[in-house]
Amino acid sequence: MKRNGQVLLTVERITKQFGGVVAVNDVSFDVNKGEILAVIGPNGAGKTTLFNIVTGILAPSSGTVRFSGTDITGKKPYQIAQLGMTRTFQNLEVFTNMSVIENVMTGAHRNMKTSFLQAGLRVPSVKKEEKAVEEKAMRCLEKVGIAHLAYERAETLPYGNQRLLEIARAIAAEPALILLDEPMAGLNDEESRRLVEVILQLRKEGLTFVFVEHDMETVMAISDHIVVLDNGVKIGEGTPEEIYRNKAVVAAYLGEEETVC
Amino acid sequence: MHERRLGTWLFALGILLFPLIVHSNYLLSILIMIGFYSLVCNGLTMLMGYAGQISLGHAAFYGIGAYTTAYLSATHGWSPWLSIIAGAIISAFIAFIVGIPTFKLKGHYLALATLGFGVIVYTCFKEFTSITGGMNGFFGIPSIKLFAWEFSNDARFYYLIWIVVFLSLLFSQNIIHSRVGRALRSIEGSEAASDAVGIDIMRYKLQVFVYSAICASIAGSLYAHYVTFINPQAFDAMLSIYFLIMVITGGASSIWGAVIGSSVFVLLSELLKEVVPLVFSNAGGEFEIVFFGVLLVVMLIYMPNGLTAAWKKITGKWRTSTTLSPAAKGGGGR
Repeated sequence: MKRNGQVLLTVERITKQFGGVVAVNDVSFDVNKGEILAVIGPNGAGKTTLFNIVTGILAPSSGTVRFSGTDITGKKPYQIAQLGMTRTFQNLEVFTNMSVIENVMTGAHRNMKTSFLQAGLRVPSVKKEEKAVEEKAMRCLEKVGIAHLAYERAETLPYGNQRLLEIARAIAAEPALILLDEPMAGLNDEESRRLVEVILQLRKEGLTFVFVEHDMETVMAISDHIVVLDNGVKIGEGTPEEIYRNKAVVAAYLGEEETVC
Repeated sequence: MHERRLGTWLFALGILLFPLIVHSNYLLSILIMIGFYSLVCNGLTMLMGYAGQISLGHAAFYGIGAYTTAYLSATHGWSPWLSIIAGAIISAFIAFIVGIPTFKLKGHYLALATLGFGVIVYTCFKEFTSITGGMNGFFGIPSIKLFAWEFSNDARFYYLIWIVVFLSLLFSQNIIHSRVGRALRSIEGSEAASDAVGIDIMRYKLQVFVYSAICASIAGSLYAHYVTFINPQAFDAMLSIYFLIMVITGGASSIWGAVIGSSVFVLLSELLKEVVPLVFSNAGGEFEIVFFGVLLVVMLIYMPNGLTAAWKKITGKWRTSTTLSPAAKGGGGR
């Protein structure tokens, strides 16, 4: 069961209670550098709650989350993002009031320096930084294959391209880890294939991914490691093959896949 | 990018030449009023249009700027330049302190909190009679001098206020097309996503609120030195709502909206003063409130993005495409 590699993210004995309901119960797992890890489970299994705890939107009732050696439990979402963990959203959160490339340039925020006063006075360093970030944003758009749409208004993009745009915006921050919240939701087969290619390519370049997903086909195809939740409890983890063979998992989840999804 | 600058310089040229072509003190005084309001609305547009945060309390900063400079220059003999800066610093400080709890609120709650702030400050102007003179007003505010040059007539003051407006517009425009501007706009676009790319939302809300307070404060200070007499009623909550109407009329998503909205407002209220007495011989000042109330509602229904957006729609231009056009990029986009 033990995997080789350097640990990037550690979820340690996380519990989250909402009143009397235990949404996540004593869940632990590690994410290694360069790996694609999927968190799966039936509806109401606690995946989203766990996701929100890792990204800092919710504070856990107990337990800790460590990211590249830093304890990030209870930190605010923007602080966690500044440490190099970005995310995409299930229900798309592109900046509709900007162009495509500006969305991506906004993603690069954490590695830029311009302050309010410097920006207002347009000191020479600002101009240089703007030029550099625009070029960088263009490269990010090329990586996800929508560079030709750079100067379109973001909200005019079709759904699938908006998801790719979110990924471009996430990689513009030069993160170590990207969290994908149901990345395949709402995509057609062609768009899903493109997205899988993009994710695999970015992994090759050294990025680590954690994603929550319903689409089992994608999960089994691209994950290196899978964590299975049911009723807030981790009922199994392992490689896709191990998950297939895990009786508890099959009983709780895969056996009733039809009715769940 | 060059296209963007071209508009700015054409605007500057128009401002520069106007007094040479038009020799009417009445028109100049109207343009000076437009200048004060443009300066306020410039900051407010950054707050409302770009960061998406409402304020119904900016008359307070306009008033703080006016009273601070009046008090320091008339009572304590400070140079008006210094007292204007002092007013801006005080306004910035108050905005910062008030902003910390206030910007935890959103939407209607934020609007109400800022409205409440405006009412409190207005009450202070009324009650601190030893400093402000209370409802009797504050008399004898000195005019501004630059060496031997006194900004005492309309033509001189016209240049003074419009130079300040022009510089503040440049400053805002620079902000918009930068890391900071994108951070501000991202807040309006999606707070969840701003968070996710590491933008400290509270910090940027506060910064832009402080900036808008400084703009309003300087405008108020200059206004005080222009009219030389102020009283609390010039800074009541109604003025905050008028500022809101100007920003919405002009269009909160363009920095030019500030100038256009202020112009429309001032020109319309001048027109009303002429026309209404002809129709209703015994009408008081209330008609103005009714008229602008209706205007606000009509604008929100038919042109929610203001005149500049409507104009851009007509001319087939879209703001962000001029922000970063492929032509200016040199072969970036295909």
